[in-house]
Order: sequence, then C-alpha cells, then structure tokens
Amino acid sequence: MAESWHRTALEHRSALFAGLTTVAISIGGIVEIAPMFMTPLDTTGITPYTPLEVAGRDIYIREGCYNCHSQMVRPLHAETLRYGTWSRANEYAFDRPFQLGSRRIGPDLMRVGGKYPDAWHFEHMRDPRSTSPGSIMPSYSWLHENRVDPADVQASVNALRTLGSPYPADLDVAAAMATQAAGITTRLASAKIQTDPDREIVAMIAYLQHMGLDGKNLYKDQP
Amino acid sequence: MESPPLLLRPDYDNVIVKRFIIATLLWGIVGMLVGVIIALQLAYWPANLGLPWTSFGRLRPLHTNAVIFAFTGNALFSGIYYSMQRLLKVRMWSDKLSAVHFWGWQAIIVSAAVTLPLGYTEGKEYAELIWPIDLAIAVVWLAFAANFFGTIAIRKVKHLYVAIWFYMSMVITITVLHVVNNLALPATLTRSYPIYAGMTDALVQWWYGHNAVGFLLTTPILGLMYYFLPKAANKPVYSYRLSIIHFWALVFLYIWAGPHHLLYSALPDWAQTVGMVFSLALLAPSWGGMLNGLLTLRGAWGQLREDPILKFFVSGITFYGMSTFEGPMMSIRSVNALSHYTDWTIAHVHSGALGWVGMSVFGMLYYMAPRVWERPLHSVSLATTHFWLASTGIVLYIVAMWTAGVTQGLMWRALDESGLLQYPNFVDTVKVLNPFYWIRFTGGTLYLVGVCVCAWNLYKTARSPAAPAVTENPEATAVVGA
Repeated sequence: MAESWHRTALEHRSALFAGLTTVAISIGGIVEIAPMFMTPLDTTGITPYTPLEVAGRDIYIREGCYNCHSQMVRPLHAETLRYGTWSRANEYAFDRPFQLGSRRIGPDLMRVGGKYPDAWHFEHMRDPRSTSPGSIMPSYSWLHENRVDPADVQASVNALRTLGSPYPADLDVAAAMATQAAGITTRLASAKIQTDPDREIVAMIAYLQHMGLDGKNLYKDQP
Repeated sequence: MESPPLLLRPDYDNVIVKRFIIATLLWGIVGMLVGVIIALQLAYWPANLGLPWTSFGRLRPLHTNAVIFAFTGNALFSGIYYSMQRLLKVRMWSDKLSAVHFWGWQAIIVSAAVTLPLGYTEGKEYAELIWPIDLAIAVVWLAFAANFFGTIAIRKVKHLYVAIWFYMSMVITITVLHVVNNLALPATLTRSYPIYAGMTDALVQWWYGHNAVGFLLTTPILGLMYYFLPKAANKPVYSYRLSIIHFWALVFLYIWAGPHHLLYSALPDWAQTVGMVFSLALLAPSWGGMLNGLLTLRGAWGQLREDPILKFFVSGITFYGMSTFEGPMMSIRSVNALSHYTDWTIAHVHSGALGWVGMSVFGMLYYMAPRVWERPLHSVSLATTHFWLASTGIVLYIVAMWTAGVTQGLMWRALDESGLLQYPNFVDTVKVLNPFYWIRFTGGTLYLVGVCVCAWNLYKTARSPAAPAVTENPEATAVVGA
C-alpha cells in the first residue's frame, strides 16, 4: 500500500496523534458544559436542606435509592398528572450530588414532599407492603434502629457550606437537628408511633418531606 | 528502523497477559453473579434478605462497577498488553509499571467490593466509588498510561496500527472523564460532595457516564476487534481508509452525546437538542466500525462453522451494530419519552454489554489463552457450547426487557376516556413486569453459566500438559500490517 498522508503525518508521530485525539475529545464537553457555569440560577424560594435533611439525604444516597427512584418530573402530560408539576433547574440548586436517577423501578419522588403523613413513611420504610400492597421494594428496617451522629452531620454541613450552600456561620447543627426531629417524633406519636428523635428514619422522613415542596409552592399556579 | 526476524520471537511479557485473563474471568463471574442476584431481587423481593449490605440499592452499583471496571477493564488490559507488544514489536516499557497496574487495579476492585455493600458511595451512577478509591484509580490509571506511552515511545514499528489509535483514545479520554467528574470536596474519609450542583452535576455525570460507555466499552473493544478479528480470520482489515474516517468521527462525535440521558429534564433545551443530534450522527461512525469488522470476514464466512472465536466476534459485532442503531433511536425525544426510566434502557445497555463487549471479550480470550499458555485449547466444543449458552441468554434477557420496558412505558402514559391516568397506582405497572423479570433472571443465569464453562475450559487449557505451542502465525502477523 502506498504510504497515505495519515500514516506519515500522524501514525509516525505518536505525540501529535495523542494531541489531536485530546483536542477531538475535548471540544464537545467544553461546548456543552461551560455554559452551565455562565448561567446563574434564580434560587428565590428554594431553601437549602436543613442539617437533619442533609443527614436524610446522605442516607438516601447511602442506600442507593437513586437506583430505583428518579427525582425528575418531565414536562409530559401523563407525568404531571401522576406526580405534579414538572421539575425546574433551580429546584436542584443545592443538590450535591444530583439524584435524578435513570430508572423508575419505583415511582418518581420529586414531589413526594407533603404527599403522605410522616407515619406513612415510617411504616413504608419498615415494611413497604404494609402501605403499598404489591410493592417490590426491600424493607429498610435498619433505619429504625441506627442513630444519626450530629458530629458527622456537622462535617457534611461544613463541606456543603464551603461549596456554596448558604448556612449561617453560627448554625448550631445539633440543636437544629433536635428541633426538627422533635417535630417529627411528635407527629409520629400522635399516630401512636414511638421512636427516638436521633434514629435514621427520622432524618429520612425529614428529607422525604422536603422533596419538591419549594417547587410545588413556587409553581402551584402552573400545570 | 529494523524489525526482528519473524521466526525469532521477541521477549514479550505474557505473564501480565495471563494475570489479566485470570482476573477477567474471576471478576466476570463475580460481577455477573451479583447481576443475577439483583435480577432475582426484582423478580422476588424477599431475596433482598432484609440486610443492609444485600439490598438492591447497594448491590446494583456493585454489579455495574464490577462488570464495567473489573470484568471489562481487566479484559481490555489483557488484550491491550497482548496486542500492543506484538503490534509494536517490543516488550512493555516497564514490567514494574505493569505489575503496579495489575495489582493496583485488583486492589481497587476489592476495595469497591467491600465499600459498596457497606453503603460507602458518592451516589453518581458508574462513579459511585468514594474519593480515596477515586484517587487510587487516578494513580493506577496514570501508571498504565505511562507504560502505554512509554511502550509507544520505544516501539520498533514506525507506524501506529489502527488498534493502537483506539486504545490511545481510551487512555486519554478516561483520564479526563474520571478526573473532571470526580472533583469533590471531602467531608469525611468516606464522604464527599461534588463541586458541581444540580443540573450541572447531572450534565457532568452523564458526559462522564455516556463516554465511559464510549471510551471504555466501545473504542478499546473496537481496537481489540481490529487486532484480533483479522488475526483469527487470517484476513486483512477490509478498509484502512474507513478505519481512519470512522475513528476520527467516533472520537469527536461521541463526547457530545451525554445529554441524551437528560432529555425532557431541566437541562437547557439547546443542550438536549445538541445531545440528540450528535447521538443520531453517531450512527454513521458506529456502523463504519461494524461494517469494517464484518467485511473483514469477506470470503471467510465458511470458517464461522468451525471456529468458535469467529462466532463470538461476529455475534459481538452484530450486537454492536444493533445497539448503536438502537441508541440513536432512543435519543430521539419522542422515542425517549417512552423509553426513558423503563427497562428498555436496561435492554439497550445489556445488548451492548453482554452482546458487544462480552462476546468480543470471549472471542479474544479463546484466541489469546492457547497462545500465552502455549497449549491448544482444551475443548473447542465447550467453547461452542459457551457461545450458544451466551447467545440464548442474551436473547431471553433483551427480549424480556424490551417487552417490559415498552409495556411499562405505555402503562405510565395510558389515559382513560375521561382523560385520567388509567393506572394511577404505580404498583400496578410494576406487578405486570414480574414474568419478564423471571425471564431476564433465566437469561442472565444462562449467560453466567456460559462464563463458568469458559473459565473451566481455559483453566483446563492452562493446566494441560505442555504440547506443541500455538505460535504466532507469520502470515496473520502480516495481516495487521505489523
């Protein structure tokens, strides 16, 4: 075969070949991703997660909930009928990491906040079939046993604050957690459920009840 | 530049190839076994066992990470170490780096297998491993990259054969993807938060996720195809010009396609559209690779009857063609509206993973093993049995998941006469999938049994008494122009 230009110009020069490959694989990513940093989000009405909700979200991530549940309502008719108003970009402003998910083995959770009482979540996480007959979700009964360590949550809050979540410098993480947890345990008690405020299930309920609520309030007049 | 006489075999490092082959089979069995277990959990939820570390949400990342980085990763490394030494007519630059690469990679896999079931995760798909492991991956990967480029630098063949281009695109791109997607601020030793938030994090993640498919599961396998298929068929590659065009088109276009994972999401519309358009365009270079592979077999189709290696490669390339047709179709918004979030995606992924990646890898293993252990393959008929087990398994798996996906997608959007949801209770759209989940479990099990047959066959090959070596075929060496 006659030596082609590609052979002499590139295949004989490995460094140039590697350089051109690097250029070729860089362009698309730069063009698509860079503009995301140049478009600031309007976070008016979007509240960052409270320390207890941060703890709950960390549990959500630990248990790999995103493997079965999405957090993204698409602007499609059947979807808004089923879940509520569709997801806006600003609603995710404080989500690190994002938890959009890629497969709905269970339903979308974007608008689950406020949909069920705390007691429903308590029972559902312990035995999903008690509230949703036919569900194939595993039981998460260890959340009712494990306890949350406020010092651990403090580390998370510190990191999130560094990254830009607007937590006040004098935020008392342990106290904020205790106050919010007490509200949940009181509501649970009125449904005849006794549990300690430092159990993981309480943090999980706090997170679930926050989900999508800000958007639901902001966009209540839109489909 | 002088090349060694063909009859004098250069001192290639076969030990590293053997190690990676063994690791491929070992982790392949582990990763697919976990896959079968989580498939069972979807068909029969009590299989979650009520324990944290055996629940679906923790095991599914173990499955995906194991088959992508452990099974496919080790397989790629075995094939790359084997072929690049022979293509460049030189031993790997540094045996020390080869060893660091091998043992480092296995240590990373073991640490993943321990941390993921314990719930230590970053919560980003296919990038779940916690930050200390991410750092280890970067170090080991750079050791591999140094060895890779070092070997290229001391090569005894002036030009770089097409297989090397594809390997190079993997080494470069995976470095970029891994580093950028995992930029995070550690909060504790086991927890960190990404520097990106919300939709930016989502876009970075799917730019990573889609191109991990592109540059770990596609381009390096194409490179391996370009080496092993002509060797096995004893035919030169169909078109050198086509390989140039489809290589550059593929590496340029692939990187743009990530947003097709975020159609109808809160990602800016223009980015979604760009992602869709480039995904559609990807069909061309993908099929360029498929055609170049299949047409390499022109005049050699008769060999398919006897040779399990070619059976595996042809089937792998055919699945490549199928899934690279399906992928662009699923990137069309209106198709994606139905397919997204359903098992259709799972079907698509597995036609790529079990079909393209798996079948190509097994063809390659059956080619390499007799040559590195210098013994004839223990049993050709067992290899053929493996082929049919794998093929049957894939068909059951994919057809079940297609059906499940379309069924559920249609049920989610079905409206009754009054315009309300026909299946307002989500669980109703889950219950209907149960038979398909059992079929998928059966298909996956068949595929896993096939891998066990392969491992047994190669074990018997390595352990058989020394026999006349299967040496390099000088004619076939000329075939790949090296």
